[in-house]
Amino acid sequence: MDTSYYLIQALNGIQYGFLLFLVASGLTLIFGIMGIINLAHGSFFMIGAYLCWWLTSLTGNLFLGILAGVPLAVVLGLLIERFGIVHLYKRDHLYQVLFTYGLILIFGEMRSILWGNEVQSVQIPEILSTAIPLTEVQSYPVYRLFISLVCMALAAMLYLVVQRTRLGMTIRAGASNREMVQALGLDIAKLFAIVFALGAALAAFAGMVAAPVQSVFPGMGDEILIVSLVVVVVGGVGSIKGAFLGAMLIGLADTFGAVFLPHGAGTVIYTVMAIVLLWRPQGLFGRA
Amino acid sequence: MTFLTTPVSRRRLLAGTAAGAAAVSTFTPTRFAIGQTAKLKIGLMLPYSGTYASLGNNITDAFKLRLAEVGGKLGGREVEFVQLDDESAPPKGKDNAARLVTKDKVDVLVGTVHSGVAMGMAAVAREENVLLVVPNAGAGDITGKMCAPNIFRTSFSNWQPGYACGPAMMKDGKKNVVTMTWNYPAGHEQIGGFKESYTAAGGKVVKEILLDFPKVEFQAYLTEIAALKPDAVFVFFSGDGAVKFIKDYAGAGLKGKIPLYATGFLTDGVLQAVGNDAEGIRNTLHYADSLDNPVNKKFVAAFKAMTKRDADVFAVQGYDTCSLLATGLEAVKGDIKAGATLYSTMRNTIVDSPRGKFTFSASHNPVQDFYMREVRGGRDVVLGVAVKALADPAKGCTMV
Repeated sequence: MDTSYYLIQALNGIQYGFLLFLVASGLTLIFGIMGIINLAHGSFFMIGAYLCWWLTSLTGNLFLGILAGVPLAVVLGLLIERFGIVHLYKRDHLYQVLFTYGLILIFGEMRSILWGNEVQSVQIPEILSTAIPLTEVQSYPVYRLFISLVCMALAAMLYLVVQRTRLGMTIRAGASNREMVQALGLDIAKLFAIVFALGAALAAFAGMVAAPVQSVFPGMGDEILIVSLVVVVVGGVGSIKGAFLGAMLIGLADTFGAVFLPHGAGTVIYTVMAIVLLWRPQGLFGRA
Repeated sequence: MTFLTTPVSRRRLLAGTAAGAAAVSTFTPTRFAIGQTAKLKIGLMLPYSGTYASLGNNITDAFKLRLAEVGGKLGGREVEFVQLDDESAPPKGKDNAARLVTKDKVDVLVGTVHSGVAMGMAAVAREENVLLVVPNAGAGDITGKMCAPNIFRTSFSNWQPGYACGPAMMKDGKKNVVTMTWNYPAGHEQIGGFKESYTAAGGKVVKEILLDFPKVEFQAYLTEIAALKPDAVFVFFSGDGAVKFIKDYAGAGLKGKIPLYATGFLTDGVLQAVGNDAEGIRNTLHYADSLDNPVNKKFVAAFKAMTKRDADVFAVQGYDTCSLLATGLEAVKGDIKAGATLYSTMRNTIVDSPRGKFTFSASHNPVQDFYMREVRGGRDVVLGVAVKALADPAKGCTMV
């Protein structure tokens, strides 16, 4: 095992980390700003993957599949917020947990009716299905670099929106003090709808780009939800920066755990979480 | 009309095709009680929806093809089918099988593809003492711990194809290997069979990789394989997972550098989907559609003519299931209740299958040749026989 091995595994881990970030950033924004615990967030990841598979097989092109899928995810997010989540803002977290758990079941049943319960696969487009040779036997698949680059671009955009725009300013203000934002006459209902739809779209998009490498299967939403919750807890609730670093940390821990501790692979990320929480109970960037 | 399957005892007495003709000529329906002249009810409990639907359909169609070839009757009795979609759902396996036996009153149970469902069927077959023929599910326990006089399998045990590959790899000079599969029973059994023969032949397994089923995120493991640089990699995956694995293996640059070996389930039915990425993969299975024998040639053509689809290993197993029943019921003149005579005839049958002739072990699992195949030009080309007449060890079977 030489240096290049660790570098390539690190690339694998970072690529997974980027995917986790897309899901976790929405989760942390929705909790941090709207105060909603959204257990159905992983379902958007699964729906995104199934949408991608469905639309790609209809159009014959992954990029068209994703382009057509994202607006559908946004609309779905807006509908769920407007007709469901909106009733939960003033409620206790227990109601939110119950409601969003119900949503998981509904989404699962919807998926089963629309698309069935089978594992489906999505082809990597021809132009991205090559690989870059790294060592004598090892190449790095171009599609994985594509995932990392697209997610990196999205992360940068998200950062710019949150840090540099008026919408971002309102979002940050909303996260700090909701009553004050409302008192200043800003339309908090619209803000919440935007945040929720944005989060849903990010998770769905993650599912879409992940579909060709993870394939598409019913339980994929639950799996990523749990890991994303770990990311949010490690990074600190409500912090985009925390979600980013948490995602990278967990992505790397999961990848290296899988190869170095084959029999304890599933426990590595929880061990990392426990260590971080012992050191900083509020998470890396959480407010104490 | 000649039967392709004949009891061993008859074959010894009568030479060649005369056996079949003799069997037919001694056939006297007038001796039957009313029960034996009634239609023979066969319960086909197979997947007709979901991932395995095409497997279920191929098994069913090939069964019916064979039935037509033997004149549409089994042991002189007309056949009536009760077809039931098992949905590949293990929790429903036992109830569905029990319903076929007690409510639909089927005389014979045939099924299924999914091992979990087949285990439920085997439990019912034991409780109700009804004849069960398993045309695919490879779980070792079916002809192991669960074995019974009235339970037969016409396909394979998971242990067999993996076991067949070990010595062949050593012969290819592959002295150390990384294995990889899903962490579920079929994966353990297929890799277990391989390890047994491979290590006995002096090979070394340097790393065993297990993934949760049905995960297909192989990247970190492929990176590790590249770093370990074994002489070869041995895997068991099938269906969509196989497509993904073959493509990722090539995508990670390993194809052509570290030879890939597998059980035949890796390449069967997926070669079109993976295209050039599968070239050179060597794998072991009890069938290949390119097998050069007259029974196979006739079968492949007849199946294509009937269904407009290409024959595969699943179709062969359905075809042979009907052959086995035809021989067994012929011997007892359609009397499905003949028990011991029926089962011992079936046990001693030599099935002249498209895969080549095969017999049954004491645990009622096929004793069959396993072929080494290599993907060339998008087809599994037979290189030769990897292991002749391989029998499953039938661990835990009390009949052995």
